Amino acid sequence: MYRNLTIRQKQIVWAWAFLAIPIVFYVVIRFYPTGTAIMISFQNWNLLGERTWAGLDNYQKFLSDPVFWKVFKNTFAYLLLGTPVSLVISFIIAYHLDQVRFMHGFVRMLYFLPFMTSAVAMAWVWRWFYQPVPIGLFNNALASIGIPQISFLNSTTYALPSILAPAVWAGLGFQIIIFMAGLRAIPKSYYEAARIDGVPWYTVLFEITIPLLKPTIVFIVVFSSIGFLRIFDHVFNMTTNNPGGPLNSTKPLVLMIYQTAFDSFDMGYAAAQTVVLFLVLLIVSLIQLRILRDR
Amino acid sequence: MAATDEIRASSETLLGTSSARKPANMGQIIRWLLLFAGGVAMVMPIAYMISTSLKWPHEVYNVNLFPVEPTIENYTYVLEDGRFYHWFWNSIVIATITTVSNILFDSLVGYTLCKFRFPGRYIVFIAILSTLMIPTEMLVIPWYLMSQQFGWLDTTWGIMFPGLMTAFGTFLMKQFFETVPDDFIEAARIDGLNELQIWWTVAMPLVKPALAALAIFVFLGNWTAFIWPLIVTNSVEMYTLPVGLSTFGDEADVQWELIMTGAAISTIPTLIVFLIFQRFIIRGVVMAGLKG
Repeated sequence: MYRNLTIRQKQIVWAWAFLAIPIVFYVVIRFYPTGTAIMISFQNWNLLGERTWAGLDNYQKFLSDPVFWKVFKNTFAYLLLGTPVSLVISFIIAYHLDQVRFMHGFVRMLYFLPFMTSAVAMAWVWRWFYQPVPIGLFNNALASIGIPQISFLNSTTYALPSILAPAVWAGLGFQIIIFMAGLRAIPKSYYEAARIDGVPWYTVLFEITIPLLKPTIVFIVVFSSIGFLRIFDHVFNMTTNNPGGPLNSTKPLVLMIYQTAFDSFDMGYAAAQTVVLFLVLLIVSLIQLRILRDR
Repeated sequence: MAATDEIRASSETLLGTSSARKPANMGQIIRWLLLFAGGVAMVMPIAYMISTSLKWPHEVYNVNLFPVEPTIENYTYVLEDGRFYHWFWNSIVIATITTVSNILFDSLVGYTLCKFRFPGRYIVFIAILSTLMIPTEMLVIPWYLMSQQFGWLDTTWGIMFPGLMTAFGTFLMKQFFETVPDDFIEAARIDGLNELQIWWTVAMPLVKPALAALAIFVFLGNWTAFIWPLIVTNSVEMYTLPVGLSTFGDEADVQWELIMTGAAISTIPTLIVFLIFQRFIIRGVVMAGLKG
């Protein structure tokens, strides 16, 4: 029967044969679970008992849950601190590294190495740095120059930035590499023309380099924002004794989802939180694309 | 002739594009030194991790980077425990299988969507692409229920099934198959190869750099994956390295040299891979970042 088909028809048969297993995978492992997650968000369920319909109860719970709003605020604190800081630092480093020839590959490697580490391993290293005297490196350094101790991870003010620091650190290498690729793509003739006209370097930077880097900047902003909104590994591993502490001051949305689902087994509420996470990611990405494209 | 040489010489001094090497000026040296210092600061956490893993317990509280009497005692202690062998093995198996699976299926789907014309092609492409919007965290609860129903909890399959194919990889491969000329495929068809052979022997070798980039990303992603393995595993033998390290550090809270040893064991393999394939990996990151 296959022999009687035209070449075009044979191609259609091959195409669907190739796609058969992947389509089953995407339906069973991606689409069906997405539907399930949304459905569970409208149900009450503690994993053992009956699943009962709850209507909008789980969503109404947000309004009266102070922890949720604290967590919501923290999640955006990670985003609003992490994205600009990592963007600026990685741009400055990439901008200068791009103009350096001597041992270029080696210096670039130093910046990129942290990207190859696992968040869990590095969370422990940083946690050790943050310990009080005589263990922690940072406090030892502060003590040696006579500055009072900072209880990095035990303070409600400093804990969040302290957890953010290793997350920014680990992502810098990636952003630097992407920025350098973007810088390389700018035609040299623009710079030469500017130099002939005697334009100062800062005008070149703000009038040529940054506008032409816009696609790269959009990519890095969207990519790193999604990363910071979904922060989990660093928080979980730097506050193991009291995840998200002290006093929920470092708890991001994903950690709250994890705890609601797998510590208190309130599956319905946890599913509703995942829907919120999905909407937050969607809205933030759309807003960023809109703003950055328009300019 | 002489006039053009003169003009060229003066324009080269103006533009700074002369081919002869200029002696580095002071600004360049300072720039390099600052960049170098920043780079050294970047690797400090890694350096301290390795240095502490080589220290005796009594030396841990010294901030010196180089241990006075280096020892591998911590490594023998941690490895004698036996748990790290399980974790290491689990991580290797899971990262390897998911990488192979992604290489095969992502490229097969990417190739089909790129090179075949068939009804429904656009819908399949949009459907797969749309899964990029769904965060993994939204799916962990349904995946957990699914694993519970089918008995996948606490199994290797349970840890790796969500990552066997990725929309990111499919999209990346589709972009790269665009660079394979249709004539090559047409020629192979005339030579009597079937479509599976064409994909494997003609198209795949032409996108090797992209396959390498994909392999690196998938492997690193699964090697460091944390939240899903944490949820799906219960028994200590089934943990992956990150999950194991997370609990290990917890119980050894005060023995920082042992925690650092565990962290080093899970980090050093990827660092070695990176140092060997450095150029390759950085090129892969750029390709994946810009095309993906």
